[in-house]
Amino acid sequence: MIALLNRDLRLAFRAGGGFGLGLGFFLILAVLVPLGVGPDQTTLGLIAPGILWVGALLACLLSLDRLFALDFEDGSLDLLATSPIPLEGVVATKALAHWLTTCLPLALAAPVLGILLNLPGPAYGALIASLLIGTPALSIIGAFGAALTVGLKRGGLLLSLLVLPLYVPTLVFGAQTVTRAAQGLDQTTPLLLLGGITAGAVALLPFAAAFALRVNLR
Amino acid sequence: MELVVADLAVSRGGLPLLDALSFTLGAGKALVLRGPNGSGKTTLLRTVAGLQPALRGTISCPPDQMAYGAHADGLKSTLTVAENLRFWASIHGRSGVRPAMAAMNLSDLAGRQAQNLSAGQKRRLALARLMVTGRWLWVLDEPTVSLDAASVGLFADVVRVHLAAGGAALLATHIDLGLPEATVLDLTPFKAAIPAGEGFDDAFTGAFDEAFL
Amino acid sequence: MASLWEYANPVKFMKVSRWLTPVTALLAAATVGVGLIWGFFFTPDDFRQGSTVKIMFLHVPAALMAINAWAMMLVTSLIWLIRRHHVSALAAKAAGPIGATMTLIALFTGAIWGQPMWGTWWVWDPRLTSFLILFLFYLGYIALWSAIEDPDTAADLTSVLCLVGSVFAVLSRYAAIFWNQGLHQGASLSLAPGTRMDWAYKAPLYISMTGFGLLFLALVLAGTRTEIRNRRIKALMIRERANA
Repeated sequence: MIALLNRDLRLAFRAGGGFGLGLGFFLILAVLVPLGVGPDQTTLGLIAPGILWVGALLACLLSLDRLFALDFEDGSLDLLATSPIPLEGVVATKALAHWLTTCLPLALAAPVLGILLNLPGPAYGALIASLLIGTPALSIIGAFGAALTVGLKRGGLLLSLLVLPLYVPTLVFGAQTVTRAAQGLDQTTPLLLLGGITAGAVALLPFAAAFALRVNLR
Repeated sequence: MELVVADLAVSRGGLPLLDALSFTLGAGKALVLRGPNGSGKTTLLRTVAGLQPALRGTISCPPDQMAYGAHADGLKSTLTVAENLRFWASIHGRSGVRPAMAAMNLSDLAGRQAQNLSAGQKRRLALARLMVTGRWLWVLDEPTVSLDAASVGLFADVVRVHLAAGGAALLATHIDLGLPEATVLDLTPFKAAIPAGEGFDDAFTGAFDEAFL
Repeated sequence: MASLWEYANPVKFMKVSRWLTPVTALLAAATVGVGLIWGFFFTPDDFRQGSTVKIMFLHVPAALMAINAWAMMLVTSLIWLIRRHHVSALAAKAAGPIGATMTLIALFTGAIWGQPMWGTWWVWDPRLTSFLILFLFYLGYIALWSAIEDPDTAADLTSVLCLVGSVFAVLSRYAAIFWNQGLHQGASLSLAPGTRMDWAYKAPLYISMTGFGLLFLALVLAGTRTEIRNRRIKALMIRERANA
């Protein structure tokens, strides 16, 4: 499975742009929202946690529809399905590769964008923590959605429709963590719930996604 | 080690294609499947390889003893020849891709990215991939498409070496593979009969797909 | 309960549903009619919320069925995954749009109910928000059915989506409650807290709820019949192409 991880990381870097695409989108969002909402610092500061989390969520979506589709089209998925690695392991590894190349950079870049959006000081730690803990859920849920739509030609839009409702709990608890930190309130409850959702999703969704892949490979 | 297929029925998209198919493939042997397009060669190979469930019948050999190779070759265009092979070798827990590259005349191209290979070279790379998996049964769908005569000869040599080492090969093709010693199995006698009848009940109680055709 | 599995045979199902559907539809129309007319015209006005609260005779049954429809989809999806009964999968497919409509009715009537209280047509209270999210789940489910061509593949994929979606729908419910805690208006859709519903309201409400249940059953039966016919057409076309 390490070999698969390395291959996917190498492919992501060589694809040129796959890596920076999510970050670029994230940045654009952080610029567009103030332009749409108005430059008032107080307003921006209030909505900053939500904008950052929604932005991270949407940026994650960008690279999801190619997660399995490329391997599906060139026959690699067939070969991986008949290889010694269980399909659940393939799903988990590819979700991890997605997290490393898309979500982790977002989590690390978020504080910079937080400055643009006037995120209150106490919230920065919570921002990084919530993104680091919550984004693995986004990757694995996205992998499940990608597995469902892998055989479809224009699957991207349907993928978004399927995956975004599944993102709601993570979004709510993640953004709430940051908002409460900004207000100086205790953030342990939403953070723990966020972690719980991530843990459950990472443990169980690979099986659901592998099932979907097997069905689509038939 | 051998592959015993007994009374196999395969279907595609709910439509039964082949029925009551039985054959045995022992170590050191090659079996070539022949039949017109659409006769179910690809479906049969995919079923044997474990990618599709069979409608009926048994396949004695589990999928983890087979190496499947089809037209979609599973090669990544931005990886080099050596990187592609090393990836598949480590997936299968093996190391050492040089013998495979040498056998398929790819040693000079080891550092070239797959997108810069000709169609014939890509096909040779796909066949080299089979060698690095270390599995004894090769299940191949149209392996010599886009190969010139010399490369077909190379392919046949590689298969012979594999057979001599105790491996076996199950191939589907409608062109000459240069393997005169292989047994040929024509699939036409095994074409599945579509249940006839137009009545309401027939559509629901047809034998093949539970209640729907 | 063992005899229920007989209806997994499409022929048997079509035979029984042929007379069961109109009977259920008639019963449903009667029950819903009685419940709503009684509730709207023959009950006293609530002393606090006036007469608009009577929209609850529509809202509560619709909301209840919105959730029950999804539960039914979950059960029939599981039956498909475990026992591969086509009728079950097609019943789930038929239930999707019906449940989605029930959810929409619940949302609209919820807005109408709340408007006099809130002064606005929409408020992000936990209940309405949860139903809005549920509506999105329904949309995804229906869209996936339409997007996949092969019927058995579609049944498999939508079933696993329903399973995973159910877990996340429950999680979203709790998330919506959590998310709403900061809201101080405290307005939520119910009769004033602390009051117990008078029998005068309970009777028409229960009749309405029963009526909506029957309505759902009638619609699902009719929808499943249609889906079975569609599936059969597909099977016949495949057969015709093969014989040509």
